Amino acid sequence: MSQTIRLTLKIWRQKGPADPGRFETVAVDGVSTDMSFLEMLDVVNEKRILEGGEPIAFDHDCREGICGSCGAVVNGRPHGHLRGTTLCQLHMRHFRDGDTIVIEPFRARAFPVIKDLVVDRSALDRLIQAGGYVSVNTGSAPEANTLPVPPDRAERAMDAAACIGCGACVAACPNASAMLFTSAKVSHLALLPQGRPEAARRVLAMVRTMDACGFGNCSNHRECEMTCPKEISIVHIARLNREALKAGFLSPEA
Amino acid sequence: MRLDAKIPGGPLPQKWDRHRFELKLVNPANRRKYEILVVGTGLAGASASASLAELGYQVKTFCIHDSPRRAHSIAAQGGINAAKNYPNDGDSIWRLFYDTVKGGDFRAREANVYRLAQISNAIIDHCVAQGVPFAREYGGLLANRSFGGAQLSRTFYARGQTGQQLLLGAYGALMRQAAAGRVRLFPRREILDIVVVRGKARGVVARNLLNGEIECHEGHAVVLCTGGYGNAYYLSTNAKASNVTAAFRAYKRGALFANPCFTQIHPTCIPVHGTYQSKLTLMSESLRNDGRVWVPKTPGDKRPPHQIPEAERDYFLERKYPSFGNLVPRDVASRNVKEQCDQGKGVGETGLAVYLDFADAIRRDGRAVIERKYGNLFQMYEKITGDDPYETPMKIYPAVHYTMGGLWVDYNLMSTLEGLFVLGEANFSDHGANRLGASALMQGLADGYFIIPYTLGGYLAGTLLEPVSASDPAFAETARQAAERLRRLLAVNGRRTPDDLHRELGMVLWNFCGMSRNNEGLRKARGRVQELREEFWRNVRVPGSEQDLNQSLEKAGRVADFMEFAELMILDALERQESCGGHFNEAYQTEDNEARRDDERFCHVAAWEFRGEDCDPVRHVEPLSFEHVPLTQRSYK
Repeated sequence: MSQTIRLTLKIWRQKGPADPGRFETVAVDGVSTDMSFLEMLDVVNEKRILEGGEPIAFDHDCREGICGSCGAVVNGRPHGHLRGTTLCQLHMRHFRDGDTIVIEPFRARAFPVIKDLVVDRSALDRLIQAGGYVSVNTGSAPEANTLPVPPDRAERAMDAAACIGCGACVAACPNASAMLFTSAKVSHLALLPQGRPEAARRVLAMVRTMDACGFGNCSNHRECEMTCPKEISIVHIARLNREALKAGFLSPEA
Repeated sequence: MRLDAKIPGGPLPQKWDRHRFELKLVNPANRRKYEILVVGTGLAGASASASLAELGYQVKTFCIHDSPRRAHSIAAQGGINAAKNYPNDGDSIWRLFYDTVKGGDFRAREANVYRLAQISNAIIDHCVAQGVPFAREYGGLLANRSFGGAQLSRTFYARGQTGQQLLLGAYGALMRQAAAGRVRLFPRREILDIVVVRGKARGVVARNLLNGEIECHEGHAVVLCTGGYGNAYYLSTNAKASNVTAAFRAYKRGALFANPCFTQIHPTCIPVHGTYQSKLTLMSESLRNDGRVWVPKTPGDKRPPHQIPEAERDYFLERKYPSFGNLVPRDVASRNVKEQCDQGKGVGETGLAVYLDFADAIRRDGRAVIERKYGNLFQMYEKITGDDPYETPMKIYPAVHYTMGGLWVDYNLMSTLEGLFVLGEANFSDHGANRLGASALMQGLADGYFIIPYTLGGYLAGTLLEPVSASDPAFAETARQAAERLRRLLAVNGRRTPDDLHRELGMVLWNFCGMSRNNEGLRKARGRVQELREEFWRNVRVPGSEQDLNQSLEKAGRVADFMEFAELMILDALERQESCGGHFNEAYQTEDNEARRDDERFCHVAAWEFRGEDCDPVRHVEPLSFEHVPLTQRSYK
């Protein structure tokens, strides 16, 4: 059964990339515990518009945890404290009456703040451009069943492929590393026979691009794994390291 | 106006081959001289951009999100159909074609649907080659499941995230072309208008959502892949940014809009909770393979589900449709759910829900099997509702999900505005009056990977396209109008927010132009929409400026277009005096409350022509003929 609760929000406000930004305190009343976190922000924004204020900018779209658009740091945790949950899937029943909630954008050198909670995550696209695909042109594929893939392999590839590219792993990491994101793609494709021909080139190019984009390195804090809304395991980071090492020794492209 | 679908001659199975041969080719060395503007990066847009770039065209690709990977195809759950017949259960291209035509209640073109079924197999081959991690059998070969409305297993899937995996495949292909410099990406852009130069679509006006800058982009053709208009209803399973603006602007520039009243209400969604609700969440209809839909037999029975004994439950779909049971097509399932709730048998706090129960399946197959099939969906349900579907039945209710209507296109996917191609959900072509499950992904990818690369080439090779530049007066004028509209929205400074007005519009459409419609309600709705539109322009409040990241302004622009577009939906519903598929007019039903088509009068596509702000649009007709699938009353009993 739904109830209503009262909250104090401390929200990061920043007009633009050059603005230093600050916290703003907002008291919110009558929050239904059935609301999602983003619906709670909607209600704050609706009120704000009518009062002549400027609404809080935040990215969001599918609101069902799959597009990867949304995300903010809530009480120190990207996407909030609930495991395996995007911000849009976090519901207010997980907060208590009288709580103070601190809401900040994802912070990382590679993710400059654009406005309020909106950050620029285009570095993740650049990582994929570096090699997060199989180079196959439309029209050239063989019959699908000519390439059997053991189901456990396909399942592990799927575990990695489930990444939604939200960037929470980067925001959670003390080094702002994109290792979990990068390894998820490397691992997904390295596990499948379709991805093997380019495996060496892919891993080397993606690791280089990771550095070039300003992401830090992995030093095994495992914050990423704890935060990932799709619960992607750092096993994939280990696989990335193996792939990179192998490629470094054996590939002519190293 | 005579609508020429340009369907090639010859026997049905050979039409597409023959057409591909007849289409002119663009010399590979000349392709780089053509610039193609692709709007949208869902399955259709991403696959079209990648495939065209692979051929050597220069492609500019626009998307509303920060990354092309976030387009709403990402949220499709259940699967993608193909006529591979791997399970040896009797499938064929002909049967997929037959089922799709019949499932669409005979309001789609036979030739288009046949081509779709033919292409379906190549899509699976291509996606597997891209590394899409489809589910597999123990021997390593691809697994299939049966899916809403099909009596055989032809659906390929990647857990409950098939759309995500297919989109990431297409996105990867797109990013590969971007890295190669053949695609230029324009993220965080909203297309505000189509630029028409001497009768041909030659460009777009885009707004850079980060700084508000209005940009003009010129090209030799425009490919719209902007999805459906389900968000006209405010609450739908569509993502928040999904909108009709680009398609509606194209309509105002001369592209006819076909069958806008054909909307699909999906039977299995999480019911509405409260007035603050911002969107609805679909529970994949793959759940209907194992879940049983029921309500208490007695209206008003408020006991919790586990206290209602078996004998007092009505498994109404199994009872009414013994051969299809819980797997009846979406339109049929949705109407039946509504009917039960209208009789007072609905469950939950609002009475607007029915149970979808997995207890039998868990007893039969064990929890582990059910968890492997539907784990992520159960988890999603639990997150939203706080209920555990392993323990207590899910509560579901229909919600707006997909729109079969869209811009009219010919066999080449070109609209009536020359040079404007429309792909995926944004066009009207293949699903008739009702789309079958797992067909949307198939169509989006068929259009993008395997149709547009040929038909666009045919257009470019066969058309004299003079050079145009963004300094052409048509660009300046179109951009000026777009900027003017934004300034007008900001200037109203009224007392209601765009969301507030949108919600009210949505209620009008849901109540009068939703699951079932009647003439009186539709006429009333038309009046309400006109009043609401008038109020919108008098009383909307949009804060901030147009030269900034301004999400309220973005919303307001989309709502303004929905306010106009909604009337077109209603008009179309009023003119179509029959029931078919998702369009159910209460005056036209059989004794069993099934949709009664009127093939004498309405076996056609209705395509609407914009004639100016102050006059009604004109309805044109493209007759449909059925030579291979005999026109019959759909029966799923």
